[in-house]
Amino acid sequence: MTVDLSALTAPEIRAAILRGDLSAREVADGAFARIEACDDRVRAFNEVTRELAYASADRVDDMVRSGASPEELPPLAGVPVAFKDNMNLIGTRTTCSSRILANHESVYDCTAVARLIKAGGVPVGKLNMDEFAFGSSTENSAFGPTHNPWDLERVPGGSSGGSAAAVSAGMATITLGSDTGGSIRQPGAFCGVVAMKPTYGRVSRYGCVAFASSLDQIGPFSKSVEECALALNAICGKDPMDATSVDRPHEDFTRDLERGASGLRIGVVTDMLDMEGVAPEVKSATMAAAELFAALGAEVGEVELPSARYGLSAYYIIGPAEASSNLARFDGIRYGHRVADAKDVLDLYMRSRAEGFGPEAIRRIMLGTYALSAGYYDAYYGQAQKARTVIIRDFERAFADHDVLLTPTSPTTAFRIGEKSADPLAMYLSDVYTIPVNLAGNCAVSVPVGLGDDSELPVGIQLIGTHFAEGVVLRAARALERAVAFDVTPPLVRELQARA
Amino acid sequence: MSLSEEEVRHVALLARLALTDEQVETLGAELNSILGHIDAIQQLDLADVEPTSHAIPMVNEVRADEPRPCLSREDALRNAPMAQDGAFVIPQIVGPGGDLS
Repeated sequence: MTVDLSALTAPEIRAAILRGDLSAREVADGAFARIEACDDRVRAFNEVTRELAYASADRVDDMVRSGASPEELPPLAGVPVAFKDNMNLIGTRTTCSSRILANHESVYDCTAVARLIKAGGVPVGKLNMDEFAFGSSTENSAFGPTHNPWDLERVPGGSSGGSAAAVSAGMATITLGSDTGGSIRQPGAFCGVVAMKPTYGRVSRYGCVAFASSLDQIGPFSKSVEECALALNAICGKDPMDATSVDRPHEDFTRDLERGASGLRIGVVTDMLDMEGVAPEVKSATMAAAELFAALGAEVGEVELPSARYGLSAYYIIGPAEASSNLARFDGIRYGHRVADAKDVLDLYMRSRAEGFGPEAIRRIMLGTYALSAGYYDAYYGQAQKARTVIIRDFERAFADHDVLLTPTSPTTAFRIGEKSADPLAMYLSDVYTIPVNLAGNCAVSVPVGLGDDSELPVGIQLIGTHFAEGVVLRAARALERAVAFDVTPPLVRELQARA
Repeated sequence: MSLSEEEVRHVALLARLALTDEQVETLGAELNSILGHIDAIQQLDLADVEPTSHAIPMVNEVRADEPRPCLSREDALRNAPMAQDGAFVIPQIVGPGGDLS
């Protein structure tokens, strides 16, 4: 019998292994069977790691065979996990879906990756992404786009599109992505899965190739809120290798999940809902979610974030500026692509980089270099950092009398492959709701609430919490998840299940 | 603000990117379109606002200055496009033939 990951949650997998009903190896084989059955169409994986998976699975199976107690077996024992390809894992390549790192071997482990595996996760592979996380559709991958399991003609979102699609299609149970301006939450919404960006500093970024260091954060994808909380339990916490990771007392993020929405103060961000470009189906799904919260006993009010409209501008200065600095390390000397016939060191740098980086990476490096260059720094980077302060104040005002803020995750559902690739600005707009959260360092989760009335594709609702309020955000997310009872199984998986 | 072709070439040199003439032209148009949107931020009166570099309060951290294991030389060189005698190989940068301008 082949294990169907679409039909099992992480706690169910662990319990079945503990009972002896399944082995971790069988579960890993379930992931590989699904990858074989559909990843030629979805293309979520850059690399499949059978040997690493079996090594981890065998450790779990050995523990069970030697009589490990329920307390001894780690919390995610035997759960298939996979990682965005900007996270290092020894024994895999870390390519960032870029030509410049196409053959880059990981020589150390990303802390979040190592923690998820230490918690019992079985690593099944590395996942496709927009090159260096620059994009909102995974079309900017040097290895070709990932396809949305809900409609293979459409994008999975991005930049962590592979991470979202892999969970949606049942090729992994929990995946990790990174989120600089929405790169976890937006693909989560497009693929109809739960996707969280934790508070800045909650999760170490050590070993994750940096995009914009004042914004980047690693977070999980899963089919359910409970699995999201379990993944966060495993990956969060201080890491001496990342000075931005914060030292806070251990919390169990599953603790308050079932407390319901009663008494929560939810603020619907109304001024952002009335922005241009918001699909009517997304707006109506957002209002419906607000009404559900009210019916569940939450105190639902309206709130405005007037400066958030400047978020996109601030982000497209700060993000590229920091990226242009971070990507300076790809110079053809220590790693990455190098031209063979350089006449001097400048020629080596310039041609190695121009050949190695794709069009969006070049665009962002150019934009960032310009914004930081002599004469423009104050007008761009300085001004953007001040705008950031104003956005943070808006959030502080909103959180003074709300526990959770509610917005759509993205203005539309998944768009067609190719639809926005010729217009960088149109693509950037799909992150308009998620970007202010990164600028303010808050935490937020995208919860799938149903299919859009017009597109019949998943709609995600973003629930935002103040710094380190993941517990209350996840509690609200669980209440919403229970109320909407959305079946996250995409048509592609139904078709495979019907054939089995 | 908008970039001239000359400025695009200057920024490309700063960014260490050898662009083709076609890329210079395309990027110029794309960057100007993006800047046109981003320039909305100039409308904000932020004269009295402090800039934010990180959203979470942070302090510099200093670890104890003690020897400890680190990446081996072999691992550090594993991804080097050219290595020799335990070192990265680079073009000559000092003396004739060097150019760091």
